[in-house]
Amino acid sequence: MSLPLLSLLVWVPIVGAIGVLSLGEHRAPLVRQIALGVAGVTFVLGLSLFIEFDRTTYAMQFVEDSSWIPTFGIRYSLGVDGISAPLILLTTFFTMLVIVMTGGVIQRRVSQYMAAFLAMEGLMIGAFAATDAILFYIFWEAMLIPMFLIIGVWGGERRIYATIKFFLYTFLGSVFMLIALIYLGHLTGSFNIAKLQATEHLGMTAQTLIFTAFILAFAVKIPMWPVHTWLPEAYGEAPIGGSVMLAAVMGKVGMYGVMRILLPIVPDGCQRLSGWMIVLSLIAVVYIGLIAMVQRDMKRLIAYSSVSHMGIATLGAFAAFALLANGDRNAAVLGMEGALVQTVSHGFVTGALFLCVGVLYNRIRSTLVADYGGVANTMPVFATLMVLFAMANTGLPGTSGFVGEFMVILSVLQASFWYAFWAASTLIVSAAYTLWMIKRVVFGAVDNKAVAALADIDPREFIALGVLALIVLILGLWPAPLVDMMRESISHLVDQIGHSKL
Amino acid sequence: MDDPVNMQSIYLAIVLAPLIGSLIAGLFGWKVGRSGAHWAANIGVAIAFLLSLVVFKQIILDGAPSFDGVIYTWLVSGSGLHLDVGFRVDELTAIMLVVVTFVSLMVHVYTIGYMHDDPGYNRFFCYTALFTFAMLILVMANNFLQLFFGWEAVGLISYLLIGFWFKRESANYASLKAFLANRVGDLGFLLGIAVIYKYFGSMDYSTVFKSAHAIVGQTLSVWPGTEWSVITVTCILLFIGAMGKSAQVPLHVWLPESMEGPTPISALIHAATMVTAGIFMVARMSPLFEFSETALSVVLLVGATTAFFMGLLGLVQNDIKRVVAYSTLSQLGYMTVALGVSAYAAGIFHLMTHAFFKALLFLGAGSVIVAMHHEQDMRHMGGLRKYMPITYWTVLLGSLALIGFPGSAGFFSKDAIISAVEASNIPGASIAYVAVLLGVFVTALYTFRMFFLVFHGEGRMDQHTRDHLHESPWVMTLPLIALAIPSLVAGLMWAGPVLFDHPGVFFGHAIVVLPDHDVLREMAHHWQGPLSFMVHGLMDPAFWLAMAGLAVAYVCYMVRTDLPDLAIAKLGVVYTVLVEKYGFDRFNEFFFVGGGTLLGRFLWQKDVALIDGVVVNGTANAVAWISSVVRYVQSGFLYHYAFAMILGLLCLLGWFVVA
Repeated sequence: MSLPLLSLLVWVPIVGAIGVLSLGEHRAPLVRQIALGVAGVTFVLGLSLFIEFDRTTYAMQFVEDSSWIPTFGIRYSLGVDGISAPLILLTTFFTMLVIVMTGGVIQRRVSQYMAAFLAMEGLMIGAFAATDAILFYIFWEAMLIPMFLIIGVWGGERRIYATIKFFLYTFLGSVFMLIALIYLGHLTGSFNIAKLQATEHLGMTAQTLIFTAFILAFAVKIPMWPVHTWLPEAYGEAPIGGSVMLAAVMGKVGMYGVMRILLPIVPDGCQRLSGWMIVLSLIAVVYIGLIAMVQRDMKRLIAYSSVSHMGIATLGAFAAFALLANGDRNAAVLGMEGALVQTVSHGFVTGALFLCVGVLYNRIRSTLVADYGGVANTMPVFATLMVLFAMANTGLPGTSGFVGEFMVILSVLQASFWYAFWAASTLIVSAAYTLWMIKRVVFGAVDNKAVAALADIDPREFIALGVLALIVLILGLWPAPLVDMMRESISHLVDQIGHSKL
Repeated sequence: MDDPVNMQSIYLAIVLAPLIGSLIAGLFGWKVGRSGAHWAANIGVAIAFLLSLVVFKQIILDGAPSFDGVIYTWLVSGSGLHLDVGFRVDELTAIMLVVVTFVSLMVHVYTIGYMHDDPGYNRFFCYTALFTFAMLILVMANNFLQLFFGWEAVGLISYLLIGFWFKRESANYASLKAFLANRVGDLGFLLGIAVIYKYFGSMDYSTVFKSAHAIVGQTLSVWPGTEWSVITVTCILLFIGAMGKSAQVPLHVWLPESMEGPTPISALIHAATMVTAGIFMVARMSPLFEFSETALSVVLLVGATTAFFMGLLGLVQNDIKRVVAYSTLSQLGYMTVALGVSAYAAGIFHLMTHAFFKALLFLGAGSVIVAMHHEQDMRHMGGLRKYMPITYWTVLLGSLALIGFPGSAGFFSKDAIISAVEASNIPGASIAYVAVLLGVFVTALYTFRMFFLVFHGEGRMDQHTRDHLHESPWVMTLPLIALAIPSLVAGLMWAGPVLFDHPGVFFGHAIVVLPDHDVLREMAHHWQGPLSFMVHGLMDPAFWLAMAGLAVAYVCYMVRTDLPDLAIAKLGVVYTVLVEKYGFDRFNEFFFVGGGTLLGRFLWQKDVALIDGVVVNGTANAVAWISSVVRYVQSGFLYHYAFAMILGLLCLLGWFVVA
């Protein structure tokens, strides 16, 4: 073991955040450069993780372990597998992108803004890399603080309301998770997640209670219907960078928690309640899709679209139980892989769409659909990219948005035709809300003077959106590398959840 | 035989040449300029066309074995599912390759003239070449995944091209409508693919087709308490996809509106190639459809409905492009009918001849539209024959082919379909037979109504337009001539080899027909060469119905021009029904668009009110308390507090790590 890669991934941005903060508010250009440098270094670290990652095993890699609070058996232990590694890469990529794209726009409290994003990056990576439950919990909670500040300080008009709502929801959810974790730790004498997963003899009542505690925490973050109502507020009121991080990465921590903690620790509880979770997922897909259609604000529209798309991911994860009950392990694996692919892809696509809205917002200071119209006339390059991301959002084959949806739909049909039917209805619904927005914003004659005066994207924006476009296309045309990375870990996960603890 | 690796590189080149052309036109158009863009796209498509001819020669003329190979692995799931991108090149693919690349090349050449002054010139060539790429991916697919790729990709480009003139509200509306209607079909298609995965465990054609007979008799329960045959459900779901793409009732609503796009793409996408993807797909899936008579009956009846009722709508249109569009709907119905009676070869043959003559008619219409300064209303045309001789004669040939005039390409393909329906025993064949026969009369009537209104009689245009009437430049007329030739001779030359000479041989294993469905083989017993087929045709009711239609058109639009108005006055109700297009659009707008929006609004209100009411207001006191703290966010107090909190936490953590 040469370098503690994971520790570096966690601490480089955090130390960078402290450094940036200490520079104070009077040296904004320097702050921007340093922040970008730190994010860049972290991204390179993330890339090296991706390159050196061993795709042939489900075992934890890059493991670090040292004692932390021996009294309670809490350890500082890190490690990644095929489930967390892609998400870490996603985090480092988006932090860098957000700093590139929004760093120049923020004029107020630049160093604090940058520090918040860098700190959040380290904390999110920490949550993905932690293999100790309490360590995970600490990162999980701590990442709320910078996000809370990002919305509260740099947000829109109703930011206070949004932050309270965001805080209440996420905090309430998490408290129950902590209780459940402590209970489990007490039971097994360790907080090591692998040990918790391996606990035998957990009664159905205990599993159901633990399930409830966990799902509250994770469902709020993902978010699942009906605990999503904080999200349109938070996404809508957050500054663009905050929306991007919320949608592209922070929600993924919830899905990660489901796969790392919830499913393998209480498989029988999940099995028992999976029917409900499937229904909730499908409600998210259809019901939220319809709500997205009538949104007047682009950010809220994308926010609702997010909930709808994550419904596909949760569907894939929970349908695995119905499939395993039928003895169809292969379909369960396919659905679970689809869930994770959808999670990663959704990060890229939604992040890209939020950045597109950001590009417009920076010019006209509005995110309302009605304030636009005919943007393609004045911003042709931008329009091309935005249409591409919109298409990815509708799950067009050839873009990353298709892969996960396709896998999940193939998988859930093995369980029930109607699961697949309602999941596949996203083909129509997502096309309706996304392309209707595109029609009103991008196409048409120039709508007003502000649109007529729009300047097309500058090289910085072009590079950022262009790289995202490439990723979305590459993942769509050749998802094999991504799936190769997660295959072993997902198969292992499915084996775990197929093993009853009763 | 040729080295397979060698062939694979030819196949790759066929697909990649248009893609490269598209990328050059699209990404580097600003650098290479307008001529650079059109050369790039044209050369790309031309290469694809020439290589397609090579493939056609090898597979069809030389009888080389078909190719089925993987190009790259798209994804390998832990479930054991392998998803590949690969090519299957057999007789069916070869014929489609030639049709697609030939029509595409003609349209590309034509576009140089048609779009000459358009500011979106490069973008247009980027899209059309990309479309060619996507269509080739579709027809060369060797698995369902790639089929779906091509399927959706052509839909995307159709969307982009219908909305090409994006300043127009109507174009944007039409493109959105087209995409959504197609997506309804794709929903069925995707579910069909998923059912296939469930029962075959594979996405590869070869695996699926080989074991198709094994699932005959298996049932699945879609609705509790009912058991449906798996193969019927699969085929109907796949066919729903075909209904979207090939614009069959009731998913046809998008096609007439797609005429908002520039005329060259109406010819390429909405007549010759993309809309025939559904026909191609069903023919490709013949090893599945053959095992379900129920599915075949559904196909047949949907096709017959479309063929007749959509043809009727062509009678009341005044926009020249819309007449041709409704005619396309009706002809797609004919092809679908052919599929329904297991005469897949006839369906594909009509697809081919229709690609030639319908592309010709659209391009001819485009030529007229350019001459008329983008006037599309036929009531303002007339007497164009003397100004545009090449357009006139080529459109005449196209029209004759469309109505199935003996000797023309359309005659052979359409007559084969009608005879096949007559000979078939599939449930519904007798109704379908009546529909397709009556359809012949309707076709002749609307076709020559258009023809006489546009080219004959008094010129009804304004003086300014009349002064500037002229024949189109050679880049536009040359493709017309090039398309007129096969519209004339394709039937004479190929009806024998493709359909009758050795029935079931031409398409090799590409098309499977069960012996008791094989109507074409039965018909082949009577085949004595094209000339006798023509003589026979003269005694068929179809021929006389076509002549009757032509005669009525002549009387109504050349002799007694007051008759149409009289008919409208007398048959007011019928006329209204036709003008309202049977109310499909109104219903969709009211029910789906209106209903969907209303439901969305309702749910949105409830969403916030209900859920927040329960979850958030339940903790109202907590909110009040927290907000009193959070107030300080603006003062910066909490901000520092929070950062102190993180720092404290991190120090604690750091200390333990070090210690």
